[in-house]
Amino acid sequence: MAIDTRVAPKIKHHDEEYKVIGTRPIRHDGLEKVTGEARYGSDINLPGQLHGKVLRSPHAHARIVSIDASRAEALHGVSAVITSADLPDPGDKLTTGGEAPGLPVKFKSANMLARGKVHYHGHAVAAVAATNQHIAAEALKLIDVEYEVLDPVLEVWDAMKPDAPVIIEDLYTAKADGTTADEPSNVAAEMLYEVGDVDAGFAEADLVVDREFTFGVVHQGYIETHNATANWLKDGHLHVWCSSQGAFTIRQELADLLNHPITKIHVVPMEIGGGFGGKTTAYLEPLAALLSQQTGHPVKMAMDRADVLKATGPTPGGYVRVKMGVTNDGMITAGYANLAFDAGGYPGSVVGAGCRCVFAPYNMPNAKVEGFDVVVNKPKTHAYRAPGATHAEFASETVVDEICRTLDIDPVEFRLKNSAKEGDWQLAQPPYPRIGHIECMEAARDSAQWQTPLETAPGKKRGRGIASGFWFNIGFTSSVIAKLNSDGSVTLLEGSTDIGGTRTSVAMQFAETLGIAIEDVDPIVADTDSVGQTDVTGGSRVTFATGLAAHNAANDMKDQIAEGLADLWDVAADAITHADGTFSANGNSATVREAAGLLEEEGVFPIGKNTVTPTREGGAFAVHIADVEVDEETGKVEILRYTAVQDAGVAIYPPYVEGQMQGGVVQGVGWALNEEYVYDDDGHLLNASLLDYRMPTALDVPNIETIIVEVPNPGHPYGVRGVGEVPIVPPPAAVANAIHDATGLRMSHLPMSPPRVQAALAAQA
Amino acid sequence: MRAIQYAAPSTVEDAVAILAEHGSDARMLAGGTDLIVQVREDARDTGVFVDAKKIPELMELSVNADGSTTLGAAVPCHQLYNDAHFTATYPAVTDAARIIGSTGIQGRASVGGNLCNSGPAGDTIPPLIVHSAVCNIFGPDGERTVAVEDFCTAPGRNVLADGELLVSLTLPKPPAGSGSHYLRFIPRNEMDIAVVGAGAWLQLDGDTITAARTALGAVAPTPLFVQAAGDALVGMTADEDAFAVAAGIARDAATPIDDMRGTIAHRKQLSYVLTQRALRGAKARAQGGSPTNGH
Repeated sequence: MAIDTRVAPKIKHHDEEYKVIGTRPIRHDGLEKVTGEARYGSDINLPGQLHGKVLRSPHAHARIVSIDASRAEALHGVSAVITSADLPDPGDKLTTGGEAPGLPVKFKSANMLARGKVHYHGHAVAAVAATNQHIAAEALKLIDVEYEVLDPVLEVWDAMKPDAPVIIEDLYTAKADGTTADEPSNVAAEMLYEVGDVDAGFAEADLVVDREFTFGVVHQGYIETHNATANWLKDGHLHVWCSSQGAFTIRQELADLLNHPITKIHVVPMEIGGGFGGKTTAYLEPLAALLSQQTGHPVKMAMDRADVLKATGPTPGGYVRVKMGVTNDGMITAGYANLAFDAGGYPGSVVGAGCRCVFAPYNMPNAKVEGFDVVVNKPKTHAYRAPGATHAEFASETVVDEICRTLDIDPVEFRLKNSAKEGDWQLAQPPYPRIGHIECMEAARDSAQWQTPLETAPGKKRGRGIASGFWFNIGFTSSVIAKLNSDGSVTLLEGSTDIGGTRTSVAMQFAETLGIAIEDVDPIVADTDSVGQTDVTGGSRVTFATGLAAHNAANDMKDQIAEGLADLWDVAADAITHADGTFSANGNSATVREAAGLLEEEGVFPIGKNTVTPTREGGAFAVHIADVEVDEETGKVEILRYTAVQDAGVAIYPPYVEGQMQGGVVQGVGWALNEEYVYDDDGHLLNASLLDYRMPTALDVPNIETIIVEVPNPGHPYGVRGVGEVPIVPPPAAVANAIHDATGLRMSHLPMSPPRVQAALAAQA
Repeated sequence: MRAIQYAAPSTVEDAVAILAEHGSDARMLAGGTDLIVQVREDARDTGVFVDAKKIPELMELSVNADGSTTLGAAVPCHQLYNDAHFTATYPAVTDAARIIGSTGIQGRASVGGNLCNSGPAGDTIPPLIVHSAVCNIFGPDGERTVAVEDFCTAPGRNVLADGELLVSLTLPKPPAGSGSHYLRFIPRNEMDIAVVGAGAWLQLDGDTITAARTALGAVAPTPLFVQAAGDALVGMTADEDAFAVAAGIARDAATPIDDMRGTIAHRKQLSYVLTQRALRGAKARAQGGSPTNGH
């Protein structure tokens, strides 16, 4: 078998040349991971450890009449049983960390352990600790819970009806104008974004296309299930080892949920087997902590796959309406969108992010976007890779394709003509900085796939689709601490949990700035006691923000080395120059390595550090091309060829960028074609397994061709833009547009699964 | 905490004795690819696991004097598709053996186990039906035989009484000029359970069909022998018109349900399409070729 050593194309729109950035070194965590030595949460085992398990609701919506755990407590080997009565009452406190701060802690608390009512099938009701997993499992069967079953509400359009059962009796809509509704309902929040004069814009239009789209619930599908081990010591110190996208976020949530001082909580992020937005919040950590506190033993907990699918946060299903007006020569005059996302059992969906993205690729002077956050009897939803953007842009990019077909305008030309660019309006944000949508579209147009006509085959329905995608990325807070060792190597403590290879992409920026080899940096993902405040790994922020912190810390270290050398060389520190990793002044010179040795003799050990909260994250654009074949008899869609183009700003470590692009496509294709939660009428999740929750396998996606475009982000010293999320945005629309090209069908629901495509084909015939 | 027992008898008689003693609490364990998963997921409560793999009759794969084949109930799938004679003689069965689970699963999973699991979607069952396979069952009262199409009685249920054991299957020698094919529809391309499966067997005299059998999986409470479709084909020219007639009969015979794996309308349509495709593949093999329509 030949090994493909092809380096994917990169299209640079800058002249910078770097020594470390843009190279392909061996990743720091590679050997540990391929040999199995890397330590994940489930590898933690402590002396005297107990095992915890969670009892989950068999109903989607029910009042808890009583819980009697006496039979479980009497079982030999059971040490503790907890329910929501063991969690402190959070009062009116609001959440602080995570991707969506500012929500009432009481909702998060009730999601940990149901308080009075269960809001979804799989909702945690009680937890036990026992000497082994088998006894814990047996004990769950001995907990007697009496439920009064209530009618469930499963879809946003039902939950928004005036006569719908109200799931949270004291939930009053937070309206877009800042007021609060008088009557409780399932609508937690309304939002409104408006620019220009949308009515005037539509009046100018020669063609208005107005379409509705609906979505099933999808899960992030990370391979490693949630796990947590907690050890609550007698002096109140709580140590937690877990699989999370943010150790500091878990620490904050534990403090909020358990009313425990933050200084006494120590969270150790273990290696993480995927998160994609689904590991930005606590599930097991507070339960393990409480059980440990009650038993005086460490308690280890882990979910199985069914728990993960039933009771963690998938990303919402819901509804999107998109209406766009254009002139006959293909200029957009106005856009209107209405998004209603299911928050799940408690408020806080990602609908706001969807609103911000729905028209983002286009210069649209008149636009109005309304959003609704709606509580339904499903698991509390969470972020999933560019949260909300995929839904929103599936809708808008399908409408754009229809406009192009109707007006007979080439879809690339249309997008180039209407593309957002530097200085254009950006919804609820300052105008765009330098962005790369046009450059991505041009690269897609010039790509091998777009330039090669689709091969036809007799009796086969084939088609090609193209779609744009945008994700705004986020900044948040990041910290690093860099220690110069006496041999010139650097131990780099960074606070961001590493999901996508970021310890290397952060270390590369440090090495570039200090002028040392990447092999001389040893990056460590540090725990909450060992590094400064660092927010979740999410929003495609780590290579951008933690990379910036590393750059700043390298400069801090540079200054400290120069000060040390200044004493030795008897010059002023600011007289020392630094170039290519060498310090020079007055005929003296020293590499970093030499300087480290000289300073050691003086007892000087520089520590560079930085905490940063950058806001100029830039935005990320992607353009994807999909070729598909539709089996007209079965409704099955095969992806024949796929090209992903993306503006990475500057690709620090190109293989990771390509990997993120390909991984996003795989997940996007899964979402497009098969993935969805299947519920019965009573709200039971029927497919809580990876057999029936159908993620793509290796045979379901072709090799994904990648083209990295580099339009540097002016808000970062190395031009970095986040790359992890935007590649999931275009695939459903690109595939839908290809299905239309092949069959003439406009699919309006995700996933476009074989029964749906076949039914649509039957209806067409 | 549930304690379990494991037994590994070396004779059919010993296995029958253990099964008879423990009744429904005992299950035969062949590859374990269904049983162990079901027990772990609390879908089945089994206290006694009776290993089939130490019993020679259950591990036997041999050709009999009359040309028929004896397939021991615990023979794993990989052994079938690595056996040139079996593959050439019963190609629909190996079509199924190749697509169950993954390569690793196929190293353990057995055709007999697939049959005893009695899932409506069991991939090997329609091929066994179209090849007129017969179950050889032993129990406290001795031996009996049951046609495969009569073996399953409901989802997860079959004719085996407490103490009874499926020892082997007998597959008759197919006549000259015959061929078979099995295929299924899955939304992905691997590692999935059939939304619908279809098997077909045809015997040709020139272009004329002299005998035919078709069967469907996942469209009824049990795998479905569509006898009327095969009967209708006899005497017809093996062409698209004939296959459309048989496919129509198969679609009408299917009584699927809506569930997380498919809808009634889709499964009805797939019953038609897959029967048609299975017949095309069977015809190609009867004429010495191979199927071209893949999944």
